[in-house]
Amino acid sequence: MIAALTQLLVMQLLGEVVAHWLALPVPGPVLGMLFLFVALVLRGGPDAELQATSGNLLQHLSLLFVPAGVGIMVHLHRVADEWLPLLLSLLISTAATLVVTALVMKLFMRAPATSGDTP
Amino acid sequence: MTPPINEIWVYLSASPLLGLTITLLAYQAAFWLYRRSGMNPLANPVLIAVTILVLFLTLTATSYETYFAGAQFVHFLLGPATVALAIPLYTQFRRVRSLLLPVLAGLVAGSLTAALSAIAVARLFGASLPTQLSLAPKSVTTPIAMGIAERIGGIPSLTAVLVIVTGILGAVGARYIFDAMQIRDPAIRGFAIGVAAHGIGTARAFQISEQAGAFAALAMGLNGALTALLLPPVLGWLG
Repeated sequence: MIAALTQLLVMQLLGEVVAHWLALPVPGPVLGMLFLFVALVLRGGPDAELQATSGNLLQHLSLLFVPAGVGIMVHLHRVADEWLPLLLSLLISTAATLVVTALVMKLFMRAPATSGDTP
Repeated sequence: MTPPINEIWVYLSASPLLGLTITLLAYQAAFWLYRRSGMNPLANPVLIAVTILVLFLTLTATSYETYFAGAQFVHFLLGPATVALAIPLYTQFRRVRSLLLPVLAGLVAGSLTAALSAIAVARLFGASLPTQLSLAPKSVTTPIAMGIAERIGGIPSLTAVLVIVTGILGAVGARYIFDAMQIRDPAIRGFAIGVAAHGIGTARAFQISEQAGAFAALAMGLNGALTALLLPPVLGWLG
């Protein structure tokens, strides 16, 4: 578990360093994910330990969002003042995003079958 | 002689142990309920855990800063967990590569819809400008979203909260929307939930299937990068 955790942290650190160095708009962990992905392709897959540790971490990914979510208590005032536009915006926009993304993907999955050279 | 209970409380509330422990306890309780409900999306564990913790902190008059001093250890793991998403991505890479065009098309359409519709609806119903701008990156994973909010004139800490609420809404609602649309492909379901509801959606997707989870992770990473690149100039053009 420690070896796997070390690998993850090293990749994150590399990501942080590169993101700051090149002033990229992408945060370090996302770059770290990319780096680990490249490493996995080069190595031909994760070892058993990395697989197990990552599986454990990702199985409870939701837990990791809890501390940030509790931050809502700091913004209760603004949320109370503007609750209607906030709620409608979040509801409508999240639903619209789900629908649009799924529809466009479905459209492009079918496209090559119906006509040969859809752009 | 044993000290009175309020003295123990004073000691405990100043230590990071309490914030950390109640976070784990609240999550255990929330996850137990989620399990008992047969993983019903309405019993979202983040939603339940956050509700328990906000109630507890309010009742004990504990500040968020004090709580976060302990909870930051959990928060920190978001970084390595994001890196770990490379593993399911690798496992599912064949399928991802075969769907490159639908993935990219869905990404661009979904990313723009997420940001622009959030601003439009908030404006329509009279939200203030800082609130509108804080809403714009709401579908993007927390660290990127906060960075974007800062750059475009939103309130980063408000954005962090809106991101979490968006994730919960997406994780709760996606199943009903996809079922109504008769979309069953785990690649599409996963990818759309990742674009709309970032890591919390991804967490939900992983509980459904590894393939949906991998596509959600991919969508979350791509959408974070694309929104960070696209949103500041797009808002510049729109004024």
